[in-house]
Amino acid sequence: MTQEVFEVFRQERKGRPFEHAGSVVAPDADFAEAWAREQYGRRGESAALWLVPRDAIRDVEDWADEFDLKYRRVDGYSIKTRLKEARERAAARPR
Amino acid sequence: MAAVEVPRDEQAFLEYVQAGGQIETGDWMPEDYRAKLIKFIEMHGNSELMGVLPEREWILRAPTLQRKLALTAKVQDEVGHAQLIYRVVEDLGKPREQCLADLVSGKSKFHNVFHYPTRTWGDVGVIAWLVDAAAIISQKALLKCSYAPYARIMKKICWEESFHILHGRDVILALVTGTPEQFELVQEALNRWWGPLMQFHGNPIPRDEDPMWRWRIKSQGNEEARQQFLEGYVPQIRELGLEVPDPKLHRGEDGVWAYSEPDWDELRHVVTGHGPMTEERLAFRSGFLDREQWVRDAVLAA
Repeated sequence: MTQEVFEVFRQERKGRPFEHAGSVVAPDADFAEAWAREQYGRRGESAALWLVPRDAIRDVEDWADEFDLKYRRVDGYSIKTRLKEARERAAARPR
Repeated sequence: MAAVEVPRDEQAFLEYVQAGGQIETGDWMPEDYRAKLIKFIEMHGNSELMGVLPEREWILRAPTLQRKLALTAKVQDEVGHAQLIYRVVEDLGKPREQCLADLVSGKSKFHNVFHYPTRTWGDVGVIAWLVDAAAIISQKALLKCSYAPYARIMKKICWEESFHILHGRDVILALVTGTPEQFELVQEALNRWWGPLMQFHGNPIPRDEDPMWRWRIKSQGNEEARQQFLEGYVPQIRELGLEVPDPKLHRGEDGVWAYSEPDWDELRHVVTGHGPMTEERLAFRSGFLDREQWVRDAVLAA
């Protein structure tokens, strides 16, 4: 029988995010569960595990940004020089 | 934010990992990087698997039920580490079966400290405390490894190792607060292990000449690791009244430890398969692989 890779995501405590921990190779999901319980839950270090067949994961890694849409992000705003100038002008303004 | 692309040519890849960039399983990587990763991680897996044998010999001889149980749990952890580590190697392209075959045939290596006998319960204490301490220094540095899947499993491994060190220290403390004979047992074991411990982190080649550092598989040089070990543990050894068997060992004013030159010939000789226990332990491991073949067959037939 062929073996399959299952990615293991573990949650440390209830309410925490599931984080990728590693993977197991198993002939089916039941064996994958047995290996994952042993390798990622044996010492009570996980509140829960997610086992996902690697082939079922849809990988998204390329992010189009043709228009350089920086105005939607924090790094799209550099106020340092203008703030400095504004402060200097304010200081020079007669009261 | 636009994704950071892993560069697809060797020089740019090198610059990427040297700037702290990390690699995932599916990413492109130079063949040399892949080969070095496999060699390094496989040796780590081998060492976990072979490292349980010196302690296994003492499970039945451990002085109390509590100690037997703790030692058993430790052995179980180390074998678990080997499982996690071989999985990473497997994902890089070398099947687990091949790793095990190369281990028992002597083609691949494992750490020097696991080629020596465990003569007394004092040796078990020194291994559990100081060999594990030396190992955890290397392993903590691997939390920053450029190959991210390896760095991630190291989190779990380091977490378990910290209990192992405490267990080792507890064994040592019980002995040094016992009878004079028990104290002597620890001192003798320390005398036997000091040489191999000083060899453990490898020869002090400048880190820029170490290909494992160049690819940022390791995040520190050999000598940095050894200095960290000495700085952390020599004071702890001495405060128990134990003597470190090296008359030249002292901490310079600059905070750098001086020591007698470790026996690098012994290190080479031992890790190339000529240690006092190498043959016996590999034969033992090989015998178990044969006897357990039916388990692997049964799983695959499921």
